[in-house]
Amino acid sequence: MTAEQAAVPGGMSRRRRRQISLWTQYGLFAAVVLVVALLADWPKLRVNFANWGVAKDLFPDVITVGLRNTVVYTAVGFGIGLALGLVIALMRLSSAAPYRWFATVYIEVFRGLPLLLIFIFVGVGVPLAFPGTTIPGGAVGQTGVALGVSAAAYMAETIRAGIEAVPRGQTEAARSLGMSHGRAMASIVLPQAFRIVVPPLTNQLVLLCKDSSLVLFLGVTLEQRELTKFGRDLAGQQGNTTPIIVAGICYLVVTIPLSLLARRLEARRHGGRR
Amino acid sequence: MKDTRPGTGAAAGGRAIEISGLRKSFGTTEVLRGIDFHVERGEVVCVIGPSGSGKSTLLRCVNLLEEPSAGTIRVAGVDVTDPDVDIDAVRRGIGMVFQSFNLFPHLTALGNVTIAQRKVLRRGRAEAERIARENLGRVGLADRVGAFPAQLSGGQQQRVAIARALAMGPGVMLFDEPTSALDPELVGDVLGVMRGLAVEGMTMLVVTHEMSFAREVADRVVFMDGGVVVEEGPPSRVIADPAHERTRAFLSRVLDPAAARIEDADAAVDADVGDAAAEDGRP
Repeated sequence: MTAEQAAVPGGMSRRRRRQISLWTQYGLFAAVVLVVALLADWPKLRVNFANWGVAKDLFPDVITVGLRNTVVYTAVGFGIGLALGLVIALMRLSSAAPYRWFATVYIEVFRGLPLLLIFIFVGVGVPLAFPGTTIPGGAVGQTGVALGVSAAAYMAETIRAGIEAVPRGQTEAARSLGMSHGRAMASIVLPQAFRIVVPPLTNQLVLLCKDSSLVLFLGVTLEQRELTKFGRDLAGQQGNTTPIIVAGICYLVVTIPLSLLARRLEARRHGGRR
Repeated sequence: MKDTRPGTGAAAGGRAIEISGLRKSFGTTEVLRGIDFHVERGEVVCVIGPSGSGKSTLLRCVNLLEEPSAGTIRVAGVDVTDPDVDIDAVRRGIGMVFQSFNLFPHLTALGNVTIAQRKVLRRGRAEAERIARENLGRVGLADRVGAFPAQLSGGQQQRVAIARALAMGPGVMLFDEPTSALDPELVGDVLGVMRGLAVEGMTMLVVTHEMSFAREVADRVVFMDGGVVVEEGPPSRVIADPAHERTRAFLSRVLDPAAARIEDADAAVDADVGDAAAEDGRP
């Protein structure tokens, strides 16, 4: 009797036991799927969630208004977030202590707040705090600011990590050539840091794309509706859930390729030489 | 701001490098304990010594990559430790070559050699590229201008790094163990380039373990140990006939590393045999 057999009660081999355990798991999984499928009311589902007639009427507006606005809100939010995030990251790494404190507080505060709260603050709080002022650009400006100030906190940490990942020798070489601190940062460190942070920033873009749906709490006009608001409104009007499904598919059309892109960039970075 | 570029202005008459009373501590560890020495214009000085002796720190103090704790360093007459001195201007006149090359990986060889010319010296693209090609040719890499650092061998990377420093027209070149990270067969190319620079009359301060280079090329050899200069003089004296016991011990280890390794191995074997004997002795 070998040592392996001796360790298994009942004389069953280890491989056999693993097989049984695996098939039990598959069986349970299949049973759960089957039960859910049997409980669902398929004809009703088809009419309410995959109603071809309702879906067809959504086009082209779901693309030209909904998807378009989602992309615009996301892009503006990303732009503001990136610019602000870079500034906060540089402050975080500054030799001046007050800058570092400010950056740390900023990052902790905005990472700790629900995004919805920030949207409400931008929509309601800013006009109250600064009477007579509204954020320029209407819904686009407001959404961009709300998404941007929140994303900046996350992006600042990402960018800081990217800057710190650039070897010290790079700065030393740049400074030795007579470059000032700022010049070395701009010409030597940041170009390398951004290459490092492209994958995480792409993931951030995916998050922003989904979070742009919160604009509906700001109150938007018909032309300013993005995918979620658009889908929800039409679902209400039609008394049918299909528009929600169509809006969801539109999100996935944008987010899945971005996620795949981020994963590929990451794989290339880890696989490639430096 | 003062014009502090070495080689210009009234101070141009000074020595290339003049160091007095230099001390440097990292935390509570004093790495340099009072260094006095100088480099004349056109002179090649090699600094040798065991690792941890403070050679690299000394070199890095000259262009203020490390802030000295005490003492003064004059480069072409300009006191670089003076807080009012524009250190970027001083560094423009000092070429630095690192052990780990530190090429900019996101730029081609040409880009590495042009970027500081363009951003610091404000040369136009055409002029910067002409000077870059000239200097890449000078280090034997005229045919690799478009290559990225990752596509170059270590020896080629180090030669690009030398060209990058030369393109700024420095008055003095600092070399921090330039061949220590190279495969043995690539060391010769880099030393050849450095020898060429010495022949052209470049002022050079070289931290190195290459004793044959020091012996052939250096005008003066400085032996450092424990953060002080133990002895200095022409290589014919310091390397061939050292006055101090510490220098002699270091040189015998470096000049005949094979013998040193065999000695170490013998010692290790002796120790093993001893251990084995002890084990056998156990019941």
